[in-house]
Amino acid sequence: MTLAATLRDRKVRDVLAQAAVAIGLLALLVYFVRNASENMLKAGIASGFDFLWRQAGIDVQFQLTGYTSASSNLGLLWAGIVNTLLISAVSIAAATALGFAIGVARLSRNPLLSGIAGAYVEFARNIPLLFFVLIWYFGVVASLPAPRASIGLFGIAFLNNRGLTIPLPNEAAPFGHALLALAAGIALQLAVVAWARRRQERTGKAFPVWRSGLLLVLGIPALAFIHAALATAWDVPALRGFNYRGGFVLVPEFVALFAALTTYTAAFIAEIVRAGILAVPKGQIEAAKAVGLSPSQTLRLVTIPQALRVMVPPMTSQYLNVVKNSSFGAAIAYPDVVSLFMGSALNNTGQAIEIIAITLALYLAISLAVSAFMNWYNARIALVTR
Amino acid sequence: MSRELSQGLVPIGGATAEIASDGRLTILPDARDGGLARRLRQPHALAKRLFGTPSDAAITLVCAALLAWAAVPLLRWTILDATFTGTTRNDCTGTGACWVFIRARFGQFMYGFYPAGERWRVDLAGVILLVASGLIAWPGLPRRRLAALLALVVLPPLGTWLLYGGLGLRIVETREWGGLMLTAFLSIYAAIIAVPLGILLALGRASRLPVIRLISTVFIEFWRGVPIIAVIFLASLLLPLILPNGAGIDRLARAVIGLGLCIAAYMAEAVRGGLQAIPPGQAEAASALGLGYWRTTGLIVLPQALRISLPALTNEFIALVKNTSLVLIVSIFDLLGIAQAALADPAWVGKTWEAYAFAGFIYWLACFGLSRWSRRIELKAARISH
Repeated sequence: MTLAATLRDRKVRDVLAQAAVAIGLLALLVYFVRNASENMLKAGIASGFDFLWRQAGIDVQFQLTGYTSASSNLGLLWAGIVNTLLISAVSIAAATALGFAIGVARLSRNPLLSGIAGAYVEFARNIPLLFFVLIWYFGVVASLPAPRASIGLFGIAFLNNRGLTIPLPNEAAPFGHALLALAAGIALQLAVVAWARRRQERTGKAFPVWRSGLLLVLGIPALAFIHAALATAWDVPALRGFNYRGGFVLVPEFVALFAALTTYTAAFIAEIVRAGILAVPKGQIEAAKAVGLSPSQTLRLVTIPQALRVMVPPMTSQYLNVVKNSSFGAAIAYPDVVSLFMGSALNNTGQAIEIIAITLALYLAISLAVSAFMNWYNARIALVTR
Repeated sequence: MSRELSQGLVPIGGATAEIASDGRLTILPDARDGGLARRLRQPHALAKRLFGTPSDAAITLVCAALLAWAAVPLLRWTILDATFTGTTRNDCTGTGACWVFIRARFGQFMYGFYPAGERWRVDLAGVILLVASGLIAWPGLPRRRLAALLALVVLPPLGTWLLYGGLGLRIVETREWGGLMLTAFLSIYAAIIAVPLGILLALGRASRLPVIRLISTVFIEFWRGVPIIAVIFLASLLLPLILPNGAGIDRLARAVIGLGLCIAAYMAEAVRGGLQAIPPGQAEAASALGLGYWRTTGLIVLPQALRISLPALTNEFIALVKNTSLVLIVSIFDLLGIAQAALADPAWVGKTWEAYAFAGFIYWLACFGLSRWSRRIELKAARISH
């Protein structure tokens, strides 16, 4: 074969094209790395990861990990990760609840109710999240009353311009037991579901699994938690002088970021919920009625499974967005991983490349884990079509 | 069937929904449905919906009370009790908003610290942009495609020259830019990077060449996995390091590059949705006619795919407009940033709500307008296909 003919061969050309792109990218990468090492040498920036074990020397107003300014940069990173996860978890829970309410309200037959819900959605999702963060922080939380005139919540928690003070239990052990009860309940319920399915396949007799679920997953653990709450003494905040003593203070940045993430994300979740409910064709419900299913059976066996198929994937990516968006706290100095590590620690050490790499790797790990879950879930629920 | 459910066009029941990167989910209205306007023209049915049953009536009353509780004070604050005329804060005698503040600072909200004598250049750039996009959107324009291409090549450098200066115009450093013009500049120039790169990445991800596919996928998933705030930090810290003499790169240019690269990944996913909607027969037919890869893609596949993904691309653009506000983190003052900065003026202490309300309203107007526009295109497309 001549050279010209070889070059016209599709397989050869494919290999050549890919090799060219790969080599080009590699060359670019080498170029960047060389520049970086030269620039860092010129600027006298150290490299390597030993800064992680050096003292951070940064004060953090809000942390749950026992971090002090004498701790290492690694400790600072850990404090940031915990703060990121904490704000994400509580915001996700609250946004889901609010979003469900708004989504259902938007589908109401009542035009006033659906109109208000629709207006809220169109308001919230066309405004930057940063707007929510700033307005909650500088507008709302800053204009809350001083500690002496706090807004009391059931007489145990107090909201003022220094944050939200909540009571704390003196010992954690009884709550650990309650958590164990919850885990045991879930495991038991899974076993019951598996047994019930096998029995139904064998004998055709259905077992009311949701009743046992109510008891095992909700009832008994709830009792355990109530018992734990009553059994321990609580450190209830009380006004001493100009401020509250005791309890645990959620700083204003936490309160504002929580409110912002919740009110913003709820609008997006509302739309997902609405789509999920709309996704179930009317014919499905009519067919369920025609084969004699009761309304509650229709809901459990026909409507919810089909609505969930539509809802779970966008909901997962919305939850992932909350984790990523919690970094907006950097704008109001909420000590999350971006603001502590990419902000403070980077300023102190100047080791930009290492710190950026660690922070991005953290977020990527979370994203990839969620993606993996989503792919698994989608494969599981995908409709089998011929 | 893995990621598609989480982004792009998703069939739900009888309708279609579209999910953008920020989770914005739009349910495409059925083109044949007259919608709310038709329903409202039947007052009898409306009364029945509002007060048909006791529970309907109760919901209506609660909603009306909620509206009265929220809307009346809002209306009084924004309009009825507000002060519109005057020059100093002493002119604000009413209990409502002090819009005098916005009047006094209007120039800054629009142009930042751009020298007053040179602001005509910003206006001119805006007029050219509006006229050009109006002309290109007008179907009667002869040689529309050529004109669009020409505009894409000529306008960006022209805009940069007008705003920055040089070649006879006085140079205005980017640190003097700000306000709405900066928001528009960031959004448009980041989109100019993101759209072509996004199209290439989407094609790469759909390529049959494994190396190209891998590179595109890794690039897309990397940027989608990290928070935008981290991207802006990364661009402002890493770009100076990895380029020779990189410290000389303009701050604003760094933000544009960072945003552009990151949004490109989201744009790529939007285009991928369109590519997947094109039946493979189209490309097969083209190659049967003897067209090569680039001509098949450029003449047959992309024009159809882009038309389908235009609404999704618009949604990504909306997300971009909202996210530009994050440049606040690296002390670039776009519309929201300038509102934030204006609050530090001792002559106008305490005008937090006015500043945010004004900035938020402009964002809302832009994003809501864009989303309505994309909805209209979708409806038109739906009507054609019916």
